[in-house]
Amino acid sequence: VSFIPDGLDCSISFVSHVLGKVCVHGRQKEILGVLMPHLTDLTKSDCIWQRICWRLVECVPDRWMEAVVLGFVQGAPGADVLSRLLGNLVVKNKKAQFVVTQKMLLLQYGHTTAVLQNLLGYLSLDSLRRTLLLRVLQELLETWSSSSAVKHSPAEQQLYISKAILICLSHLKEPEIESCRQELLTSMMEGVKCHLDSSLPQLRRLGMVVAESISLKINTEGPVLKFEYEEDDETRKLKSLLVQTPPLCVVPSLPDDDRSEKAGAALPLVPESNEKPHTAAPVMPDEELDAELDSDDDLTPYDMSEDKELKIKAPVYIRDCIEVLTGARSEDVDKWEATVKALESLVRKNPAATREVSVELAKILLHLEEKTCIEGFVELRQRAQVAVLTTDPIPVAKYLTSQFYSLNYSLRQRMDILDVLVLAAQELSCPKFHGKTKHSGAQKRCIQLLPGSDSSKDWRRIVDERIKSKTRRFAMGQSHVELASRQNEFNSVAGHFFFPLIQHFDRPLTTFDLLGEDHLVLGRLVHTLAILMYLAVNTVAVTAMGKALLEFVWALRFHTDSYVRQGLLSCISSLLLSVPTERILLDMTEELLETQSWLGDVMEKDPDGDCRRLALQNLLLMENLKKKLEAVPS
Amino acid sequence: MALPPPDPQFVLRGTSAAVHTLHFSCGGSEPDIPLLFSGSENGFIHIWNLKTHRVDTALDGHGRKSVCCVETMGGRDRLLSQGRDQRICLWDLAEGRTSVTDSVFTEHVGFCRCSLLKVAQGRWLMAMAARSLEEVQILELPSKTSVCTLKPEMGAKLGMPMCLKLWQLSCDSQPLLLAGYEDGSVVLWNVAMGKALSQLICHQEPVMSLDFDAEKAKGISGSSEKVLSIWSLNEQQNLQVYKTHKLVNAGISDITIRPDKKILATAGWDHRIRIFGWKKLKPLAVLDCHTATVHCVCFSDHNNPQDRLLAAGSKDQRISVWSIYAQT
Repeated sequence: VSFIPDGLDCSISFVSHVLGKVCVHGRQKEILGVLMPHLTDLTKSDCIWQRICWRLVECVPDRWMEAVVLGFVQGAPGADVLSRLLGNLVVKNKKAQFVVTQKMLLLQYGHTTAVLQNLLGYLSLDSLRRTLLLRVLQELLETWSSSSAVKHSPAEQQLYISKAILICLSHLKEPEIESCRQELLTSMMEGVKCHLDSSLPQLRRLGMVVAESISLKINTEGPVLKFEYEEDDETRKLKSLLVQTPPLCVVPSLPDDDRSEKAGAALPLVPESNEKPHTAAPVMPDEELDAELDSDDDLTPYDMSEDKELKIKAPVYIRDCIEVLTGARSEDVDKWEATVKALESLVRKNPAATREVSVELAKILLHLEEKTCIEGFVELRQRAQVAVLTTDPIPVAKYLTSQFYSLNYSLRQRMDILDVLVLAAQELSCPKFHGKTKHSGAQKRCIQLLPGSDSSKDWRRIVDERIKSKTRRFAMGQSHVELASRQNEFNSVAGHFFFPLIQHFDRPLTTFDLLGEDHLVLGRLVHTLAILMYLAVNTVAVTAMGKALLEFVWALRFHTDSYVRQGLLSCISSLLLSVPTERILLDMTEELLETQSWLGDVMEKDPDGDCRRLALQNLLLMENLKKKLEAVPS
Repeated sequence: MALPPPDPQFVLRGTSAAVHTLHFSCGGSEPDIPLLFSGSENGFIHIWNLKTHRVDTALDGHGRKSVCCVETMGGRDRLLSQGRDQRICLWDLAEGRTSVTDSVFTEHVGFCRCSLLKVAQGRWLMAMAARSLEEVQILELPSKTSVCTLKPEMGAKLGMPMCLKLWQLSCDSQPLLLAGYEDGSVVLWNVAMGKALSQLICHQEPVMSLDFDAEKAKGISGSSEKVLSIWSLNEQQNLQVYKTHKLVNAGISDITIRPDKKILATAGWDHRIRIFGWKKLKPLAVLDCHTATVHCVCFSDHNNPQDRLLAAGSKDQRISVWSIYAQT
């Protein structure tokens, strides 16, 4: 379609109609793919063509306006081009305004960053449109800072909104920031609170990045908000949105868009400590001759071979360790450090001695705080706890699970209890090879529990990842490897790990309310139960555990926190994998059917992508089970 | 084949508290008994009789707060002691008396030991850390008049003074002060004019102790790290690093050079006393008899070189006395 420039008076409305109709039928790309480059070229310097173009889009009937605008915004190579082509359409036309400021930003979230840049850049390029930009920013911030939006909207949408906010911020000029500084500050405070409250690390990071960026913009001098988080590609890309590169062709009415000097706003510089005077180079004295040399030779040195580095010896007996750790003598920090480092190996080497004092030791370790700065203190403590727990599982598990639900523990301590239980369970359920076979040490195989389930291996991978170790060795039935089989040590204690944890979850204490504020711990608890369930395969208690777990999941299935829901779904996976198929289908048929319909629901309607995937995998697992049972000749 | 290190000649027990400071007084002629003064953490100063190896007298003048420095002022009858009760006491011990004749209120809450220098008959200069964090005050004793206050320049950030040494090259030359600070630097001050002549960064950690040989214009300092630093003073009164010596274990509490300038002793946090030759810092011996940090070392001032002793006081409440390299 080529245009013949024949006078300003010709009516373009026919062309607009055609354009609109084509776009609404979904052919935006085709027609605009041809039209736009032409228009871009023509409107570059020719005002008349610009006006023709504006007229063209203005005349598109309202019912087709959305499709046309969408097409333009998506297809334009840059914000300046979009500005030339659309002109002040958004100001003049209500429908266009709605599409650009509301629909594309708040109701949809599938557009690329480039499209966002186009859109928001377009809004910023004209003074008439800038009011819209500010309004857009306000609405975006409202959504960003609303706690229900943070809890219920999918992560992708939240990312989209965050990107939009950052791009808006990059376009704002000083006087505009001044005028809305207070609102920016309030939204930032509210928003960062909701984001940090979330259990998903991605959302927390998003919140932190956006809050930092807002703080950077509104405080050009003085200290800026700075969070600690791990930088990754996503955060780097987000941060790069804050800086606008100047457009290639200059739009006459506006100054350079480069905001990089704003982005360089000062982070507080720690005052440099004073320059110290330089040390002079060491001066070698003149060789002192004769007499001086002799007098030194008179002094013969003694034997100094015993002079070695001083090593503080750690105690050799467990009870001594207990004494040192509960130490009245707080000056003996060297000994304390040595004890902490040596404790795990001592516990493992002296199981009988440990069993005598296991609960006491567990108690001490749970409350042990870092006295001096040892490297890897947290890990040392955890390993010692795991060692104690595996050496004397039943009483220590009883102690730990009861402490999990006790008053006056910090969240960190409760989550540590869960971690220790999981690690110990893992160790107990794994047979240990004592190095006599030829293949020992070199085997790192994955589990093969349900042979031949070809359909989605993903569930296995995901469950694998959930269990935090890298190697797992199971006694395998394959003939070419003769591995010694051992008694499953987890068998006798699985119930002791599992049931106390699941018992009291709905009883709130003054300082600990799993169903209320402490949903992070609830999430961790649910994941822990999933892992314990998974490790309980081949134990006697597994069916009872399965039943209890199913009830537990059923009670919590509508929880609002996506981390908890993910945990619940992995509980179902573990259940389906661990409990023998016959028992599932015989003892839990009704519950299973209900669960199946729930899973279908989750798969379709849950806002969180991971939840949907897990639900799908669970359904596939269930299908596999059914097929397996049908395949077995009865 | 090197000989194993010698055992202590004797070990003094009975202080019932960690020993922080020692001072010999053996220079008198007969019938004076050689004495060793020790200051402990429980605030007592014990006067040990080196013939009987027992405590002759115990002085209690610092309100049970740790005594960090004892020195005699021209003979065993006058003693100066510094305690962590922020006081410096002057004692009169003649004819069996044990009374405090005078005291100076230092208002210093740190651990810096004061330093004494005799400038004329009956007159001493004493350098002590003062109330204000970075300052050193010089007083004249016994008149207790302030000679000057040595303040580092603004923003120098040296930290607290950790150890002091007043010295003068000869009787009529200017008294100078060497001060080691918390930031690891040693500063040479001119006392009369009250200003700093030179500053040298010797360590990365606070300077715990230093000693200086005025004849050779060479000094040594120890810190909480594994390095001993030896520095020298050139003609322009500038400090320069001469060499460093790496130790096996970190931490030095005290360093002292024997009066004949042949050997020096260091007291280590690793419970060991090390002896070095002063000329080239050749390691000579490692004396390992204490079971806790050695806080102080001190050489005796015997007139007869054969009788010379080395004493070391430790946190394990013992004082070990050694006779080492006494023949040279």
